[in-house]
Amino acid sequence: MHDMSAHAVQHHQPTTFIRKHVFSLDHKVIGKQYYALALLAALIGMVLSWMMRIHLGWTNAAIPGLQLLSKNGAPGGVMTPEYYLQLMTMHGTIMVFFVLTTAPFAAFGNYFLPIQVGAEDMPFPHFNMMSFWVTFVGFWVLIAAFFVGDGPSLGGWTQYAPLSAVGPVAGPGEGMGVILWATSIALFCVGQLLGALNFIPTTLDLRAKGMSMMRLPLSAWGWFITSCMGLTAFAVLMPACILLILDHVAGTSFFVPSNLVINDQLQPHSGGSTLLWQHLFWFFGHPEVYIAIVPGMGIVSHVLIANMRKPMLSHRVLIYSMGALAVLSYMVYGHHMFVSGMNPFSSLAFSFPTLAITIPSTIIVLIWTFSLYGSKLRINSASLFALGFISMFVAGGVSGFFLAQPSIDIMLHATYFVVGHFHMVMGVAAMFGIFSGTYFWFPKMTGRMMNETLGTIHFVISFIGTYCIFMPFHYLGMAGNVRRYSAFVADYLQPLIPVHRFITVAALITGAGQLIFLYNLIHTRFWGAPATDNPWEGTSLEWSTPTTPPPHNNFGDHLPVVYHDPYQYGVKSSTGDYVMQASQEQVATVNEEK
Amino acid sequence: MATTVHEPPKIDSPRLPATSHSGNGGWRNMVPADGDPRVVQHYSPPASSTAIWVVLFAITMMFAAFTSALIVRKGASLDWRHFTLPSILYFNTVLLLASSLTLEVSRRRVATFMGGLRSQSESPTRWLYITLCLGLLFVAGQYIAWRQLSAQGLFLATNPSSSFFYVLTAAHVLHILGGLGGIVYVIRRLNQSVLRRSTLDATARYWHFMDVLWVYLLLLLWIKL
Repeated sequence: MHDMSAHAVQHHQPTTFIRKHVFSLDHKVIGKQYYALALLAALIGMVLSWMMRIHLGWTNAAIPGLQLLSKNGAPGGVMTPEYYLQLMTMHGTIMVFFVLTTAPFAAFGNYFLPIQVGAEDMPFPHFNMMSFWVTFVGFWVLIAAFFVGDGPSLGGWTQYAPLSAVGPVAGPGEGMGVILWATSIALFCVGQLLGALNFIPTTLDLRAKGMSMMRLPLSAWGWFITSCMGLTAFAVLMPACILLILDHVAGTSFFVPSNLVINDQLQPHSGGSTLLWQHLFWFFGHPEVYIAIVPGMGIVSHVLIANMRKPMLSHRVLIYSMGALAVLSYMVYGHHMFVSGMNPFSSLAFSFPTLAITIPSTIIVLIWTFSLYGSKLRINSASLFALGFISMFVAGGVSGFFLAQPSIDIMLHATYFVVGHFHMVMGVAAMFGIFSGTYFWFPKMTGRMMNETLGTIHFVISFIGTYCIFMPFHYLGMAGNVRRYSAFVADYLQPLIPVHRFITVAALITGAGQLIFLYNLIHTRFWGAPATDNPWEGTSLEWSTPTTPPPHNNFGDHLPVVYHDPYQYGVKSSTGDYVMQASQEQVATVNEEK
Repeated sequence: MATTVHEPPKIDSPRLPATSHSGNGGWRNMVPADGDPRVVQHYSPPASSTAIWVVLFAITMMFAAFTSALIVRKGASLDWRHFTLPSILYFNTVLLLASSLTLEVSRRRVATFMGGLRSQSESPTRWLYITLCLGLLFVAGQYIAWRQLSAQGLFLATNPSSSFFYVLTAAHVLHILGGLGGIVYVIRRLNQSVLRRSTLDATARYWHFMDVLWVYLLLLLWIKL
């Protein structure tokens, strides 16, 4: 340990309720605020998916109360095709931005990155606080679209031009709904850029004495790599949103071509490029997939190692592979545009790196699998969800091989095959990463243990349920079931309706299973069994804090000094089969990786 | 005549130079592989020196996105209307370049001042105020350029070329205003004698980058419009 005075104290412990819990500068409070926001967003997103699924299974069924949300969109509780698309847009946007980016990266990263590197806080706490509140405002700007004009946009989370850029003539929500959407996402971008501004210097400059880069836990590496990706991706999406807003409010023609007639009305715009939006969007959009999944990879690795009681086969290769994913993610975005009319040679150029990105992904999966082989894995909710993450990532990733090839993608594009693919590989896998991290770190964040029985039930329902929901999607896609249809009236789609009904039932049950998690989370927060400082016998610095939850400055009077690699399990030490990073104990380190 | 000797402002500087010592985990000076903390010295580079590069990278990406949008949009259609840039832009460029020079003078004076080698009459804040004025003049000059263009009937939505002119220059001016805020912050901290050297360096780096960015934008607009 060395004296705290070597590092400037960032800020003093707040005393008022507002500074302590609302406008807090403490990275731990900000992390919990992000988590709460993501939880609320996930609930809203899930309820939206329920409503969509009920409509897809039983098209004329009235959903009680839906008419209160939109009189015109759901007269008598039966949603119109347009309102179906509006709910779909909100589901996608809320889930991708405010859940899959917010929870694994912003929430857990904020809470644990400074602790895992051995710092007392982020370097710029005010920017960190702004990061959350800008994101918070962005979320409510998005939600406000439900209650303004004719509801939210119906353009999908990708908001393809020109329909997203021409205004109300393109349908309900395409006026103010799109403006609110683009404003919300631009605010979200600002929030995430402010986040990256803190995450990167925290990792590079605030590491404790002895904490070299290779001594960082894999979760910290996940957040660091993700913050680098976010820095590049969100800085491009923001200008795209600005140009989209200008097309709406200022009459510019960035994305709307000449002589465009919509609903028998000639649009006043001229000469814009519809593909320009797709290029700008997907330059962000594909890395966004990795922004959602890489923190999960880090979290899952971290959780598995603590439960396997041995490090991964190669710490370095895992890190390099995550880095390779980050770099390659910028070279593959065109695979979303194979059928956009892009030059076929461009398709080839995007297809090769898309296939190449499977190499680091496969390396990561193989390292997980072979590290698990022969280990005596401790089975608990966290490790179960970590295993589930791997399962979802592999099952969803395999379909990516097919979609990566332009000739096959032409047939599968815009079908349920794609929907199944990305929900498994990015959506559910990332959600499993969030769950795994929650069960693992909840004791440190709150000082209470989550209920393991409820956690196991939650896992079983989620694991079986998501396979029941998303595997049939692949079948539907191959049978030609196009996505974004609110009802399946064509003859060739009629035989598929029973499959949709099965999926709807599975979705309702799986969703109900998430309420078990919610109950577990809230109940144990207040009445759970007290947690010890290191309930999982972990080695990284978050388990070395003097109290649980950690004190305001994380490590009390002294910052830690790091003496060991992050995952010294399977050794003989005075504490058992592990030695903590901050322990001065000399042990025969069987796991040194040069 | 009695003279008053003022105490130079206290400026927080690193205890060890950033380049030649092993770090406190800082990435520039990694801990040796054997990780023996006894050889590790107590110095961590100020986070602001890393953070400013993060900021500049984000801004670079943002303007790269705008640039690619301009190139794609120009090639997408035949409606691109060429126009001559208002000549005041060149004058504004000189102002901005001059402001970088004055900021650099000020930055060096702060270092000298920190050592107590000069008297208060040569306070570096004067050069910071000059930089601030030049920056404000630049913003005013850009506003005049917009007025001149609108007087010619070229508004934001008139043509894609004018759209990009307004978007790019406005985005740049917003960032300039951020830089001016930074300079005001530096002046305030200097007056309170609590300025960190790293804060001044980061502000200066940002301001010089705004200079380079503007020269780039001017060239881009000159070639493409």
